[in-house]
Amino acid sequence: MSAAAELSTPLPADWRDFLALTKPRVMSLVVFTGLCGMLAADVPAHPVIGFTAILCIALGAGAAAALNMWYEADLDARMKRTARRPIPAGRMDRQAALHFGVGLACFSVILMELAVNRVAAAVLAVSILFYVLVYTIWLKRRTPQNIVIGGAAGAFPPVIGWAAATGDVTLLPVLLFLLIFLWTPPHFWALSLFVRSDYAAAGVPMLPVVAGERTTRQHILLYTLPMGASAIAPWPLGLAGAFYGIVASAFSLVFVGIAVQVWRNRATEPAAMKPEKRLFAFSILYLFALFGALVADRMWLA
Amino acid sequence: MTDPRDEELRRRQKSRAIVMAVLLAAFVVLVYAITIAKMTINR
Repeated sequence: MSAAAELSTPLPADWRDFLALTKPRVMSLVVFTGLCGMLAADVPAHPVIGFTAILCIALGAGAAAALNMWYEADLDARMKRTARRPIPAGRMDRQAALHFGVGLACFSVILMELAVNRVAAAVLAVSILFYVLVYTIWLKRRTPQNIVIGGAAGAFPPVIGWAAATGDVTLLPVLLFLLIFLWTPPHFWALSLFVRSDYAAAGVPMLPVVAGERTTRQHILLYTLPMGASAIAPWPLGLAGAFYGIVASAFSLVFVGIAVQVWRNRATEPAAMKPEKRLFAFSILYLFALFGALVADRMWLA
Repeated sequence: MTDPRDEELRRRQKSRAIVMAVLLAAFVVLVYAITIAKMTINR
C-alpha cells in the first residue's frame, strides 16, 4: 500500500480507545453520586431498574466525555496531561468520536426513558446537553467562570439517581445538586493553580491564568463557605439525621481550614503549593464521605 | 508474506467484533431482566 493510500485509510481505532473516550475515572465519581442519590431516596428502587438507571447515568457521562474530547481535540493536543488521549495521539479520527458520543448519548437517554422513567431521562438529557453545549462549546474557551457554570453538569447525577427511584425531584436532591455545584470551583481551581502552565499553554481562560493566583485563592475560600452551608443544610431542615449532620459539619470545617491555608499561601511555583494539592485531594474524599454518610444516615439510621 | 498493516487491521477488527458481541449479549440479558422486573412491579 502506498504512503498516500495509508494516510487516506487510517486503521480503525482499538476498542480500548473508545473506552478511554468515556473518561472512566471521572465516571466513578459520577456513578457514586448517582447511586447515593438513588439510595437516599424515600422510595427503594427495584434492583434491576436501579442497576439500569446507574448504567444509563454512567453511559450518559461517558457520552458527554467522548463529545468533550471530540470538540476539544485541539486543546488536548496542547496540554501535557491530555496530549496522549486517543484523538490528539492520532489513534482515532474525530468523526469516530463524534459518532460514538452521539450514539451513546441517545442510547442512554432512550434506555432510561423505556426502562426507568421520563423524569430521570429528561434530567439525564439536560445534563449531557449542558456539559457539551453550555460548558464545552460555549463557556470553556470564553470565560474564567467556565468551571462555575460548567460544574452544574457534574452536579446532576444525584438528581438523576433520586428521580430514577421516585419519579420526581424534591428539596434534598436539589441541595445535593447545590453541594456539588459549589464544590466544583474550589476543587478545579485548586488543580488549576498547580497545573496552571498547562492551561496557559492551551489558551484556556482558567481563573489563575486570567486573574492570577491571589484572586483564585480568594475565590476558593469564598466558594467553600456556601458549599459548607449547603452540605450541612439537610440536617437542620430535617432531611437527614445527626450522623450526617456531624460528618458534614466536621468535613466542611476541615475543608474551610485547608481553604484558609490556600488563601494564606503566596507561592507561585507548583512545588510550593502543598495546601492546594492537599485541598484537591481532600475535596475528593469530602464528596465521597458526605454522600456515603447521607446514604448510611437515611438507609440505616433514620 | 502478509502486510503487517493488514494483520493489525484484522486484529483490531476481530477484537472490536468480540467486544461488540459481548456487549450485545449483555444487552439482551439486561432487556430480559428489565422485562421480568417490570412484570414483577406491575403484578
